[in-house]
Amino acid sequence: MSTPLLEINDLHARVEDKPILKGLSLTVNEGEVHAIMGPNGAGKSTLSYVIAGREGYEITGGSIKFRGQEITEMNPEERAAIGLFLAFQYPIEIPGVGTATFLRTAVNEQRKARGEDELDAIGFLKAMRAAAKPLNITDEMLKRAVNVGFSGGEKKRNEVLQMTMLAPSMCVLDETDSGLDIDALRVVADGVNALRGPDKGFLVITHYQRLLDYIVPDFVHVLADGKIVKSGDKSLALELEKTGYVDIQQGLTA
Amino acid sequence: MVAVDKTKEQVAALGEKYEHGWASDIESDYAPKGLNEDIVRYISAKKNEPSWMLDWRLDAYSRWLSMDEPNWARVEHPKIDYQDAYYYAQPKSMAEKPKSLEDVDPELLRTYEKLGIPLEEQKILAGVEGYERKVAVDAVFDSVSVGTTFKKELAEAGVIFCSISEAIQDYPDLVKKYLGSVVPVTDNFHATLNSAVFSDGSFVYVPEGVRCPMELSTYFRINAENTGQFERTLIIADKGSYVSYLEGCTAPMRDENQLHAAVVELIALDDAEIKYSTVQNWYPGDADGKGGIYNFVTKRGLCAGRNSKISWTQVETGSAITWKYPSCVLRGDNSVGEFYSIAITNNRQQADTGTKMMHLGKNTRSRIISKGISAGRSDQTYRGLVSMHPNASGARNYTQCDSLLIGKTCGAHTVPYIESRNPDAQIEHEATTSTISEDQLFYCRQRGIPEEEAVTLIVNGFCREVLQQLPMEFAVEAQKLVGISLEGSVG
Ligand SMILES: Nc1ncnc2c1ncn2[C@@H]1O[C@H](COP(=O)(O)OP(=O)(O)O)[C@@H](O)[C@H]1O
Ligand SMILES: [Mg+2]
Repeated sequence: MSTPLLEINDLHARVEDKPILKGLSLTVNEGEVHAIMGPNGAGKSTLSYVIAGREGYEITGGSIKFRGQEITEMNPEERAAIGLFLAFQYPIEIPGVGTATFLRTAVNEQRKARGEDELDAIGFLKAMRAAAKPLNITDEMLKRAVNVGFSGGEKKRNEVLQMTMLAPSMCVLDETDSGLDIDALRVVADGVNALRGPDKGFLVITHYQRLLDYIVPDFVHVLADGKIVKSGDKSLALELEKTGYVDIQQGLTA
Repeated sequence: MVAVDKTKEQVAALGEKYEHGWASDIESDYAPKGLNEDIVRYISAKKNEPSWMLDWRLDAYSRWLSMDEPNWARVEHPKIDYQDAYYYAQPKSMAEKPKSLEDVDPELLRTYEKLGIPLEEQKILAGVEGYERKVAVDAVFDSVSVGTTFKKELAEAGVIFCSISEAIQDYPDLVKKYLGSVVPVTDNFHATLNSAVFSDGSFVYVPEGVRCPMELSTYFRINAENTGQFERTLIIADKGSYVSYLEGCTAPMRDENQLHAAVVELIALDDAEIKYSTVQNWYPGDADGKGGIYNFVTKRGLCAGRNSKISWTQVETGSAITWKYPSCVLRGDNSVGEFYSIAITNNRQQADTGTKMMHLGKNTRSRIISKGISAGRSDQTYRGLVSMHPNASGARNYTQCDSLLIGKTCGAHTVPYIESRNPDAQIEHEATTSTISEDQLFYCRQRGIPEEEAVTLIVNGFCREVLQQLPMEFAVEAQKLVGISLEGSVG
């Protein structure tokens, strides 16, 4: 029996009075990797923000459950602490705050929220170095301010590092492949694959099927006009690659 | 709207959150209320001062009578009634000066213990794990110095560190030579008032070639009601010497405004360096602007000798009003002046602060890094003057003023004045204004960092260049203070 990790049911959400999600349903069970594909402006990033609880994204209907618990009233940090992680399409710069400091603050705030002891400096440093190495993240990069002056690839690797250190059970990756060359893509994908496990779930948002050659999904969904309009297995991604999103969008308006 | 209501509650609670807002139950002797020549005589007599000191004070007092309060700063307050305050308050137990810290009233010592200021030499300031360094403390309570630690060890190195009252008795020649030499008696209204009624403060002399073996610090505490504090500090670094000095300040929460008008003078001779750091956390008043300290301070350093250096670092989080411009007069050739500042205003606080860099000598250099953070309904101004005199060939200044706004009801202003009378001098000025973005907050929160902690983290990042200038022990404290000062500023 598969155990549901993330259950989204008939979700409606709007931004600044503009309806974006219009009845979206999706269930990710433990151990599954789902890919969401769709044209630009379909609402993919909006979905990721709504799942993570960003302010300004108003839920007007439906529900989001995490391990059976309704989370729509929880704030972003509470959702993070119970194991929800979002890798950003455009990671944010925080000038003056060292990457390691940021990471340690995040790890310890989450531990505090869960009633666990904070990690001491040495324990944290060891864990961080171990996680950083396979991602080709140097000590020098860990000292630099969060995402400031990072290349596109460095930013995405930094997202995967944070994901590794925070050990979430449900990861949403928003276009983690965008702006990456093939080598960087491989490093990032290896990092993600290393985190896959029987009790973890992934929602991989991407515009191109290329990423899915490296992070092979169990299910592929097409998001268009705020809804899942088609679901299938990996072959759906390949099919989309050939036909593009035009057919789907035409199918909608027809 | 829940978030908005929550913010309002937090803002309302902020006054109560001021960590050092408690008062000690200490019986004090006061000078009669108000200010007149007799009060000046009273203060001088209390300190058993020689006649030259009394004459100096009386001269200042008579000049003060004909002076006006400065009104050019961007701060507003009801007219101050200088007759409606006490100018001297001394704990009764200090009537007879204790010979050593062991003889000091335990209640007074407890005050400092509660503030986290160690007056027992075996205790060190709580700082970074595994990082221990000695810090000598002069503790000033209302109008008197309670005691100074590590005097003996400092004396062995030849360093004099005592209260200014003691220095007037024990080192009259040094005091006569330097007192008022950097901030003249008639410099400005507040400085002149201070010259007439100053009560206590610290005195430091570091002899030629000596690197002061530990950090020196003074901790100012205003406790008595309705009482002004007029600290006077004088630091002299003789040729080739080095000293790092830090001051901290707190006061109880009281509904009336209290005046703190300090004068600090620094003198650095040839090849000497003085590093002066301030963590100012006077009571800021409540959320509606009731109460709080008026912090009207004149601080100036004279780089008298060649290759001398004076560096001011300030973290200004407290006070209802801050009016303060730590400055450097760069007289010696190749001398260096620095000003690193963090000013945080929240609720109804007002700050008009900055620096003056007066380049007189050749190849003098100055660097100004100012970080202003405004939140709530507060208002702050960076006001800075860089002046290049005709002889200042090859002089250089670099100024960077960054303002960070939190919310939409606060204000930040930058007023740089530049005077260059030497075509060979270079002046560079950069200024930015930014806000904490919703993106940054969401990013932090998605990683599990709650909103208030996220603001603290982002603001500390914004201030990093300045925080790095503080001695390590105080950097940790200052970082915490940044968080506390901004509580309730977002939601
Ligand atoms: N903050 C916002 N304000 C107004 N409209 C927005 C905002 N964010 C996204 N949108 C709109 O919502 C739609 C979906 O955007 P998004 O979720 O970013 O799509 P995708 O990630 O699939 O490209 C677009 O039409 C976009 O213009
Ligand atoms: Mg997107």
